[in-house]
Formats: sequence, structure tokens, C-alpha cells
Amino acid sequence: MQTALPDNRGYFGAFGGRYVPETLMSALYELDDAYQRFKHDGPSQVRLKSLLDTFVGRPTPLYFAERLTAHVGGARILLKREDLAHTGAHKINNAVGQVLLANFMGKSRIIAETGAGQHGVATATACALLGCECHVYMGSEDTKRQRMNVFRMELLGASVISVDSGSKTLKDAINEAIRDWVTNVGTTHYVIGSVVGPHPYPMMVRDFQSVIGSESVVQCLACYEQLPDAVVACVGGGSNAIGIFHAFLDEEVELYGVEAGGKGLHTPDHAAPLASGSVGVLHGARSYLMADDDAQVLSTHSVSAGLDYPGVGPEHAYLKDSGRVQYFAADDQEALEALSLLSRIEGIIPALESAHALAYAIQLAKRLGKERTVLVNLSGRGDKDLDIVRNAV
Amino acid sequence: MTISQTFERLRSQDEIALIPYMTAGFPTLRKSIDHLETVARSGGDIIEVGIPFSDPVADGPTIQYASQVALENGVTLAKTLDALSHVDLGKPLVAMSYLNPLTAYGMERLFDDLRAARVTGLIIPDLPAEEADDWQASAEGAGIDLVFLIAPTSTSQRIKHIAERSQGFLYYVSITGITGARSALAKSLPDRLAEIRKVTDTPIAVGFGISTPEQVRSLRSYADAAVVGSRIIDAVRREENLFDLIKDLKAATRNTHTARHED
Repeated sequence: MQTALPDNRGYFGAFGGRYVPETLMSALYELDDAYQRFKHDGPSQVRLKSLLDTFVGRPTPLYFAERLTAHVGGARILLKREDLAHTGAHKINNAVGQVLLANFMGKSRIIAETGAGQHGVATATACALLGCECHVYMGSEDTKRQRMNVFRMELLGASVISVDSGSKTLKDAINEAIRDWVTNVGTTHYVIGSVVGPHPYPMMVRDFQSVIGSESVVQCLACYEQLPDAVVACVGGGSNAIGIFHAFLDEEVELYGVEAGGKGLHTPDHAAPLASGSVGVLHGARSYLMADDDAQVLSTHSVSAGLDYPGVGPEHAYLKDSGRVQYFAADDQEALEALSLLSRIEGIIPALESAHALAYAIQLAKRLGKERTVLVNLSGRGDKDLDIVRNAV
Repeated sequence: MTISQTFERLRSQDEIALIPYMTAGFPTLRKSIDHLETVARSGGDIIEVGIPFSDPVADGPTIQYASQVALENGVTLAKTLDALSHVDLGKPLVAMSYLNPLTAYGMERLFDDLRAARVTGLIIPDLPAEEADDWQASAEGAGIDLVFLIAPTSTSQRIKHIAERSQGFLYYVSITGITGARSALAKSLPDRLAEIRKVTDTPIAVGFGISTPEQVRSLRSYADAAVVGSRIIDAVRREENLFDLIKDLKAATRNTHTARHED
């Protein structure tokens, strides 16, 4: 069974682990222990379920994109509408789960990192909901690009800390959040936004996001009496992809992860560590990452800030090497085209991240042909990307 | 002289060791080698050299800055080890870097080249004891001391486990936090060090936040060594007299009472 991983040391095969400064090690064991108790604590699970239903707006719809399907002329295309979750993306599933867990552990100071701002907004929202102090680290390049999300977080009562070190983007925001955690570990819980970082984060974030896949299974069986033939999701750190894949891992369903091809995999300007990276250790886990010949971590490029990250979750590295999931890349141009196509013919403006999954799903639907079904995780809505799209088109 | 012999010699002289830290490649590779020679001559007992990494999560702004400058200068692990192989500091040399560049270099090649560069100890801040089996085996084979860190947050069970593994010395992280100068040492320090002493005879170095001769002097009662890092990087940045800085820090490691009698 692929779903039984990680092992008790946090490994998915050769990937994962806990590679952090000693100061954090006890906190990781504590977190692992608290999470196991939280998972089996009746009242906590009832509370989580109730918040997902009444606050987040779950289950999110499974939508048959009829006009898109007709336009492509291949397999039936279904969309899992995570864009309709509160705050506009799947990130809220994990944020609500982890902030509840922090309350359970008696920690009321929350820190988080954010790239485009979606995970920051989701965490700030969960903190407002559950009465926690919230500090969000964001690269200074990103605070400039995503000013509206900075304002949203501040309106929700969070403080946004602009990070000026390194490349001034998501990677450095994570470094700075880790440094904060090293300093304030006694009082603080770090809400990591993706299936990255040291054990137990990749497992825990996956569990909180796996509601996407389990709902999809129920909805597919209810509406179509069968599972889809293929599931497609975009992969930055990889939380929405793991979230939807997990319920399908032991089923006969093809799984496809789509990384950010940026300006093309033949250029240095992309963010596709699974497609063209090497194995290394970044942010506490062994996984694929983008690094130069001397193993210095590279700056990445993607039109989508949420995919603009040199690392990827260790479970994806494992699923790539085991062959269970196939990983491809869609470039900036393909994502932009998919975004405008879906907007025009379905009335849905997807996030640029999700548009990468859509771009690949369109090719796949053509290849698979009629009578087959492709399920796409539409992980977020595109309102945050309007300036970027307007400048690019 | 090995790290252990150095500690023995200093103990017999009623001194603790001064371990100055420098980032290789800051402000340039050439100058950083010159500075290493200066700190070795002016009182450094064991010399720690940092090899730059793009994402140094255990380090504060000062060492981050030095690492970034070094990387912009094109300084790599290979270039650093090559440069070090052409000098003899006459003092034990300990290298510090993060797991990613060290792993990518290849373990066997790394330990060969560390030996060629006269490096006798290695500190990897993002390698916890439970992930270190391979590293320990290779380090032992090469005769290089693999030094582990203990933090204020380490449980007694962890302390025991880490103390059993650490070779040469144990590195006690004086504060819950990242590297960088602090005005005061943690109040818990004496108790924590006493707790560690109960389970091990391995010498204990205290680092993170140590910047003044007063702090070094106060460590004499509890520790076997003081590591000073960010303060030295700041001195290089401000072009202060490095020789005098190290001389003053070293003086604080000695028993002033005895010294006065000698006068």
C-alpha cells in the first residue's frame, strides 16, 4: 500500500526525514506526538469537520466542464472546484487544520510563510477565526507583486514581515520563518503551507488536504458510478496534488503532476525540480530540488508565484521514482492560454497555478479520447493573478 | 595537534579554548585565508571555517550576509578546500557547512579533500544525530571529528544520545535562536552545562551569541571553549584590527588570578 507512508522516521522511500538544527528537533517530536493525539481526538475531529463544512464551504463541487470538453473534443473533463473554498484556494483546508492543532497544543502564536499570498491569507483567516496571533513571512519581491494580498492579511489582523535576504521570494520567506521558529519554538507553531519541510509536515499537510481526493471519489461514484481514468494537478510544493492524488493511489487511475515550465525546461527559467532537478536537502527534507553544480539552491521562475519554488514535497519525489505518478511541465504561455480559455468558455477564472494543470489536462483529454474521464484539481481562483495576466496578454 | 590534544593542553594551563569563526570567501577568498592566519596567530586555539550555502537557516543576519557575499564571489566548497590545502594554520581546523553542498560533493571525496586541507573536525548544523550514521562512519574512517550540537531545547534523552556520538567536542548552542551577537548569556547556561557534564567527559564549546571578552570570561567556570563568530565577521566588515580583537578575547580565556601572580 502506497498510502501507508511515511515510516516513523518520516521517510517516503529515500525521501523526507528531519534535517533541521538541533533546536527544532524536540519540537518536531512534540508536534508529531500532538498530531497523532489530535487525529484520534473525537472532539477535535468533530470541530475540524464542522469548520470545513460551515466555514470553508466543503464539500466543494465536482463540476463537469461541458463546453470545455466539447471544445477539446476528447475525454470528459471534470473540475474539482477548490477555487470555491473560502479565501479562494485549497490552502484553507490545511490552515484551519493546523491552527486548530496549534490550539490543541496550547500554542497561540502562529507563523507562516507565503509566496503569492494565498497560504498567508488562509493562515491569517484561520487565526482570525480561532483567535491566534499571526505573523506571515513574505519575500520583499512578493510583497511588491502581491500588494493586495498583503493588505488582505493585515485586514485579517496578521502582521506581514517583508524578507530582504537571499532571492527575496518564497524560498527565503521559508528560511526566515524557520529562523523565527528556532528562536520562539516554545510558544510558536509554524504553519507550513505545503507538503514540504521536515517530518511530520509532509504527512500532516497531506492528511489535511486529502479531503479533496476523498470527496472527489464519493462525488465521482455518485454522479458517474465510476472513478475517473486520470487525475491531473499542478505541483509547486505539491499540497493540492497530494491532496487529490491520495485517495486514488491504490486505485487503477492514472495520476499526473504538472510543474511550472516557466520559459521552458531548456532554459534556466523554470520551477520544475522533478522534471529536471537533482536530489538534495532543502528546508528540512531530502527531495528533488533545483541547485547549481555546487549545490547552491537556484532562484526559479514561473509566471505563477505559487509554483515558483526550487523544492518539492518528498512524497512527490517518492511517487516519481516509484513511477506511480508521472510528472510533466506546462510553461508560462500554456498556462496563460488555458487560463483565458477556461475564463471565456466556462465562466471560471482559474488561478495561474491551476491553469498549469488545466493546460496539461487538455492535451491529455485529446490523447485519451472520448468515453474516458479526466479529473482536474482546480486548486484556486484567478482574481489574485489579474494584474499578471493583463500585463502578459 | 588534534582537537583532543588541544583541549588537554589548555586544561593543564587552566585556560579554555577560543574558537574564532570565519566565513570562507568573505570578503574575498584570499582575504578570508589571510584573516584565518591572523586569528590563528593572535590567539585562536581551534579555528572554525564556514563554507557558504545559499540557505543557511541556523544563521543570523551577519553570517547570512557573509555567506551571500562569498557566494557572489563565486566561492565554493571545492575552491575553499583547495585554498586551505595551501596554508598551514598550525591549529586544528574545523569546517562548518550545511548538508546540501556537503552531500552533493560526495562523501568519500569530501573526507579525502577535508584531510588534504588539514581539516580535523566537521560541524553540520542541519544534520541531527538520528540522521548521521553514514556520516559518522565515513568521518571515523577519515579520522575527522564529527561535532554535534546540543540546544537549550534538547531533552535529557537527546543530550545523552548526542553526547555519545560527538567527537572532539560538543557544541552547546547557548541560546534558543540563530547565530549573532547578543548582549547577555542565557541564565540557564550553567545548569544546562552541568546537566551535560553528568553524561559525558567530552569537552563542551559554547557558541551562538558570544561576542565580548566578559562573556568569554564568564564561560571559564562552565565550559571548555568559547566560539565567537558574528562578532568577528562584523570586525572584518568594519575593518577593525582583527589581531587585537582576538588577542583580547583570548586573554579572557585565561585565569587572570594566576596571570597576576606571574607579573
